[in-house]
Amino acid sequence: MNVLSVRDARKRFGNVAALNGATFELRHGELLALLGPNGAGKTTLIRAITGRVRLDGGEIQLFDRVLDGRRTAPELGIVPQEIALYPLLTARENLEAFGGLHGLTGKDLAQRVDWALEGIGLLDRATDLVKQFSGGMRRRLNIACGVLHRPRVVLLDEPTVGVDPQSRDRIYDMLAELAQSGVSLLLTTHHLEEAEARCSRTVIIDHGKVIAAGTMSELVDQTVGRFRLVTLRLDAPLDGETAFKVAGRTNGSGVDGDGRVLKARMQDVASELPPLLDCIRTAGRAVDDVEVRGPSLQSVFIHLTGRELRE
Amino acid sequence: MRTLMWVGWTNLRRDRVAQALTFLLPIVFFSIFASVFGGQGDAATARIRIAVVDEDHSEVSARLIEGLRTEKSLRTQTTADASGSGAVLDRAAAERLVRDGDVPVAVVIPAGLGAAFSTNGFAGGGPPVQLLSDVSDRIAPQMVLGLLQKVAMTAAPDLLMQGGMRQFEKYAGAMTPQQKTAVDQWLPQLKAQGQAGGGGSAPASGAMPITVDVVDVMRTDNRRGSLISFYAAGIGVMFLLFSSVAGAGGALLDEAETGTLERLLSTNTGMTGVLVGKWILLALIGCLQLTVMFLWGRVAFGLPLFSHLPGFGVMTLFTAAAAAALGLVLASLAKSRAQLSGFSTILILTMSALGGSMFPRFLMSEGMQKVGLLTFNAWALDGYLKVFWRHAAIWQLWPQLLVLTALTGVFLSLARLLARRWEAA
Repeated sequence: MNVLSVRDARKRFGNVAALNGATFELRHGELLALLGPNGAGKTTLIRAITGRVRLDGGEIQLFDRVLDGRRTAPELGIVPQEIALYPLLTARENLEAFGGLHGLTGKDLAQRVDWALEGIGLLDRATDLVKQFSGGMRRRLNIACGVLHRPRVVLLDEPTVGVDPQSRDRIYDMLAELAQSGVSLLLTTHHLEEAEARCSRTVIIDHGKVIAAGTMSELVDQTVGRFRLVTLRLDAPLDGETAFKVAGRTNGSGVDGDGRVLKARMQDVASELPPLLDCIRTAGRAVDDVEVRGPSLQSVFIHLTGRELRE
Repeated sequence: MRTLMWVGWTNLRRDRVAQALTFLLPIVFFSIFASVFGGQGDAATARIRIAVVDEDHSEVSARLIEGLRTEKSLRTQTTADASGSGAVLDRAAAERLVRDGDVPVAVVIPAGLGAAFSTNGFAGGGPPVQLLSDVSDRIAPQMVLGLLQKVAMTAAPDLLMQGGMRQFEKYAGAMTPQQKTAVDQWLPQLKAQGQAGGGGSAPASGAMPITVDVVDVMRTDNRRGSLISFYAAGIGVMFLLFSSVAGAGGALLDEAETGTLERLLSTNTGMTGVLVGKWILLALIGCLQLTVMFLWGRVAFGLPLFSHLPGFGVMTLFTAAAAAALGLVLASLAKSRAQLSGFSTILILTMSALGGSMFPRFLMSEGMQKVGLLTFNAWALDGYLKVFWRHAAIWQLWPQLLVLTALTGVFLSLARLLARRWEAA
């Protein structure tokens, strides 16, 4: 079931078309990654959903209700990229302030604040000033402030930028818990491996329009195809004749560096790798290390958006 | 070294704000302060308005009034209306004018002055002329006193001479017919000289034909306290503006920069709610700031705060509300903290100079006084001065409160309009 639908969203700023017919859906309880190069239109899209940007064309539906683009819908929770917290308030005071502004009061507010502090692992630092927190602690609190009021849809703009791997794991655990409880989450990120590992679907946007959307396997099928890259590290360099033989057995193989690293593209590793290993053994070489890598979101992303630098 | 100089110069060339602060700001301030303070010696500046009451109705009193009228540094009125219409002033009406702050000094020429003048000449001895003054303004009564003595000496030299001759004959014996004839021939020349505007200078003290009593119509028991209240209000309002702008900058620009404004706008509050919340807080902080300042004035300098609490409270509330609203306008207008700091400093110091926070407006030229009324400070200060100098009742503050309320409304509307840029693009 779609909770959020963006259809043919268009927005121009002067001569620049920030959104040029973007269309995608966010489903119930999913964690959807919105990816795109710098200037692709991600932030404009998020701001349009939150009511900070009025579309020139198209529409945005939230729970089958068309958003008017003036106010933020109450079902939405916003987690901005900036650390949008009051540094001279404590963690608890920040949560109380934003919870209060979202209409939470009394016991309900206190319970939600405790829930949030526990969820982000800051219960023991609840009375410390935010300015004393590390980057990761602030990021976690930043997210907690955006989900405190039980939003059904949460928009997160680069929620893990500038934090260490431990904090990043904690943040994604939080998001996964929210998704499991039925909250739908849309996040923008430049960490492609995170999106690949943690998000159920991915939407790639470029030049203001969605150029691909789907699960990782769907994106791979749509773009780079299902090959595997196999890398073999040998104990000694291959001679020219053997290297030629190996190349003939694989699709697009090559020998790197000092002749000890062999790379080969394989559609079916199980059937193609054993003959290659036999060939190497016959040539009197031993294999020290084998690495098999499937297509990554990185390769899909580069395939779709190109290697050209964006401003 | 050369590279560093090149980098610094290039930065300056490309930074318009820095250029304005370096080259334009000093010129702007110089021009403003030169206009406010530099014109004090001009004929057009600082004409003191005085009211004159003639209880004597003699030729002497008429000559004195005429002499005062011809003084370039005075603007004399003898009727209820400054333009010359209305009832002729009596003592009560003149006192009211002083108490209401319409004129800083009123001159009352008592009955019997003309007779004594004609009889005694330089010996004086008549009833004293009274200067009804607001002694909190220390300059105006002193100026009028000096000019009055000058006019007394120069406006009626013939009458003074006649009185002097009478005194001479009383103590030295009668003059001969030839001497009397000579004096009689000289008197018309003296009269003509007096009617031509005198031209003589005031004699040294101790030889005055009239005596003058200065009467404090405000009946203040604490002159120093009144002046302290002026400075407390002047400095207080100026810093209220600075703190309101700083507070509003922190409230809006910093929040926009850190993203908390975005988050606030995503709540039930909305931009109007955000602005109203910030405005109320800033106004309350402003009230507290002014209260602390006046309390310190009471403790350290004997400022009569507790005897004027209701008026102080009302003025403080309205002033702080308007200052907070102005702060929100400037913060909504600026694109960054640096920009806000730059132009708000220029604006506040300009308004403070023109509005009387640095230099009393009543000492400025009439033109500058009128220009000053365009500023927020002038109305706030006028209100405080009414409270502390003139002991005005709260209802008498209505013109100042009306203007401050109107300004608050205009500022808030403007801030709301400008804040739309944060709402939706």
